[in-house]
Amino acid sequence: MELLSEAFVYLCAAVIAVPLANRLGLGSVLGYLIAGVVIGPVIGLVGSETTEVQHFAEFGVVMMLFLVGLELQPAMLWNMRKQLIGLGGLQVAGTTAVFGLIGLALGLAWQTALALGMILALSSTAIVLQTLNEKGWLRTTGGQSSFSVLLTQDIAVIPMLAVLPLLALGSYHGGGQHGDQAHGGGHGGEALAALPGWAQAVIILAVIAGIIIAGRHLLRPVFRFIAEARLREIFTATALLLVIGIALLMDFVGLSPALGTFLAGVVLSDSDYRHELESDIEPFKGLLLGLFFLTVGAGIDFDLLFGAPLLIAGLAVGVVLVKFLCLFALAVVFKLQGADRWLFALGLAQAGEFAFVLFGIAGGTGVIPPDLLQTMTLVVALSMLLTPALFILYEKAIAPRVVIQTERAPDVIDKKGRVVVAGMGRFGQVVSRLLLTAGYDVVILDHDPQTIENLGRIGIKTFYGDATRPDLLHTAGLEEADLFIAALDDRDKQLMVVEHVAKTYPKVQILARARDRHHVYELERAGALLAERETFESGLAVGRRALIALGEHPFRARTRTRAFRKHDINMLENLRDNYNDGGVDKSYIDAMRAQSATLFELMRAEHAGAGEGRDERGWNPPPKGDATL
Amino acid sequence: MAKALVIYAHPRPDRSEINGPLFETAKAVQGVTPVDLYAEYPDFDIDVDREQQRLVEHDVIVFQHPLYWYSAPAIMKEWQDLVLEHGFAYGKHGTALAGKTFMNAITAGAKPDAYSQAGLNHADLRSLLLPFEATAHLCGMRYLAPFALFGAGRASEGNQLDIHRNAYDDLLKALVADRLDFEKAAAAPFLGDVLDEFLIKTGAM
Repeated sequence: MELLSEAFVYLCAAVIAVPLANRLGLGSVLGYLIAGVVIGPVIGLVGSETTEVQHFAEFGVVMMLFLVGLELQPAMLWNMRKQLIGLGGLQVAGTTAVFGLIGLALGLAWQTALALGMILALSSTAIVLQTLNEKGWLRTTGGQSSFSVLLTQDIAVIPMLAVLPLLALGSYHGGGQHGDQAHGGGHGGEALAALPGWAQAVIILAVIAGIIIAGRHLLRPVFRFIAEARLREIFTATALLLVIGIALLMDFVGLSPALGTFLAGVVLSDSDYRHELESDIEPFKGLLLGLFFLTVGAGIDFDLLFGAPLLIAGLAVGVVLVKFLCLFALAVVFKLQGADRWLFALGLAQAGEFAFVLFGIAGGTGVIPPDLLQTMTLVVALSMLLTPALFILYEKAIAPRVVIQTERAPDVIDKKGRVVVAGMGRFGQVVSRLLLTAGYDVVILDHDPQTIENLGRIGIKTFYGDATRPDLLHTAGLEEADLFIAALDDRDKQLMVVEHVAKTYPKVQILARARDRHHVYELERAGALLAERETFESGLAVGRRALIALGEHPFRARTRTRAFRKHDINMLENLRDNYNDGGVDKSYIDAMRAQSATLFELMRAEHAGAGEGRDERGWNPPPKGDATL
Repeated sequence: MAKALVIYAHPRPDRSEINGPLFETAKAVQGVTPVDLYAEYPDFDIDVDREQQRLVEHDVIVFQHPLYWYSAPAIMKEWQDLVLEHGFAYGKHGTALAGKTFMNAITAGAKPDAYSQAGLNHADLRSLLLPFEATAHLCGMRYLAPFALFGAGRASEGNQLDIHRNAYDDLLKALVADRLDFEKAAAAPFLGDVLDEFLIKTGAM
């Protein structure tokens, strides 16, 4: 039962801490670390057995690299090669060098300095990608560059896993510390130790070639066979078997298991079973990695932190600062502009979760002395803890200022027209094209460069600029225009712009696109002459076609649709006074319900052929009893 | 063999008692092209090129409709206004319709005696339909007497509708087979359910 109770403690900690950390914007990695700190040093629920658990949990890293490999389709890598090798490669190499030199200057052995340099060069993929995704920055140039660097780092982990054991300091080598089977690169190949060097090399090459060839030609039929059996858990078992098998094989020949599974992942990345493999392995990886971070947290030496809090905090800030400077220099070299430069440099300035993994190996081989290892683990965790603060700094203090300076300046509007259209989305385009083809001069504003470029290609001139800005509306010539068409997609901006134009240019008539009935009322109150629900007429058009498809005569479908339309517009008129700015009250709901009931009765009566539907007013035959005819 | 174009207009097909069934009859006759104007152009956006092409391709044009205010339902007037263009249907170069045959196939609400000098309408049917006749003449077409059903409001009660449908069938088939005596048909006050006197006797030729 001990296993179960341990599992209960770990899971409990994770289930409480991780969602909380996520909610606070700290990311799940920090959540696990904090949970580990709480159950370990703080309340002492778990103790020395964490080291054992940690070795088991390290297998999560092997799985993670398998998944990284699955994500990396060779074609995609090839397309990104410039970014990966240039930006990413320089970041890893440059930062490693800078930290290495600092290490040397502080009197560390070169092996230790190099190991620390490599480890600190990595950033936190988990935290950064999640944040970029959440904030919608992934598609910006800064976000894309960050992604490339993170991807390079993920790949760079593999050679690092291989190199770290080679750096082992003489005094530690063979000191009985390598219990680390999962990462036993370079020193695990006992089975081959008896063979001469050339034979070892041949066998290693043969194994790698074997993985690639078997992955291409053998694994696919196997997975197809298993998949056709439609036994979900056996497919999962096969995926696990594959990962564990490759890890064992690699360990047997003395290579990094992570490297082997990564390779297998890449080979399988363009197979049909990629997504299934991903979703099968993903939860194991997530839990094992989580467990790994938990154990790292549980292993944190609080005496050390409280013994020298200033030193450790100073080191953490120092690491972030050095990384930031390296990244910023790279951003300048690679011509990232304004806000993108800051996002890139601030976002990647922390050390990452891979550091904990690599520390594990470095500790095992003794390349980093145990005291330093403890200190640096704290430093890495603290630097990760600083990340949300850096993103907040970027979002609140830097982005707003830099954006205004460097955003594409609004176009100079050298055209005058009787009509100004704000917003050239799906809606604005229809209106503008109608007016343009009818021969009117229309000044069109939009803030999406892509839209402007596309429209330019078909000969429609659109001016770049934010239509909610008063100065732009002024230069668009609203002073002399007769008509303003508000066709922005955003509900609130639309209201804002209508209000502004109505107040500032009282002579201009405003026609507005409305999202729904309530928006119509709001826009009318803001000063629009007419606000049209954007989907109303198209909905009617499809409804009318539906009546025809159901067998009604097209003219009858038209008449009924028009009756419905008329009634709905009446309802819009009648409910206007019941609508309050805050929303709807009971009188509104009651009025609406009554109106709907009337309409329902009407349409039903018509359908039954009673002919009394006065809303339709179609031609009706005179009564048969009329004697005068 | 001639080709006949039956252009039909009724704004309430769901409440039509006579014209709907009559149009079904027309649809079944070989050599007849049926056109339901309200179905094809429910929004009145008539495709002029297409309609002119149809006219060119046919020899006989029949307007089938209920008699509304001594004329046709609105879309038929719209059709005339748009399709019978100058330069196509009339004018110096407007000869596309010359030599074709035109007639109305109507249903009238009132009884036959209402359509006389002394009756309710103070005019006979041909006089009331003069705008159609004049239109046909301006376009160089021969105008035949209207094929008519009177008292349409009660026609569905007995077997009058069946008799009339048969007559319509005979008429359209005779038009397609060139067996209608145009001279006689043009001179009559209207064509009713007995068509024998207007047909060319094949055996006598």
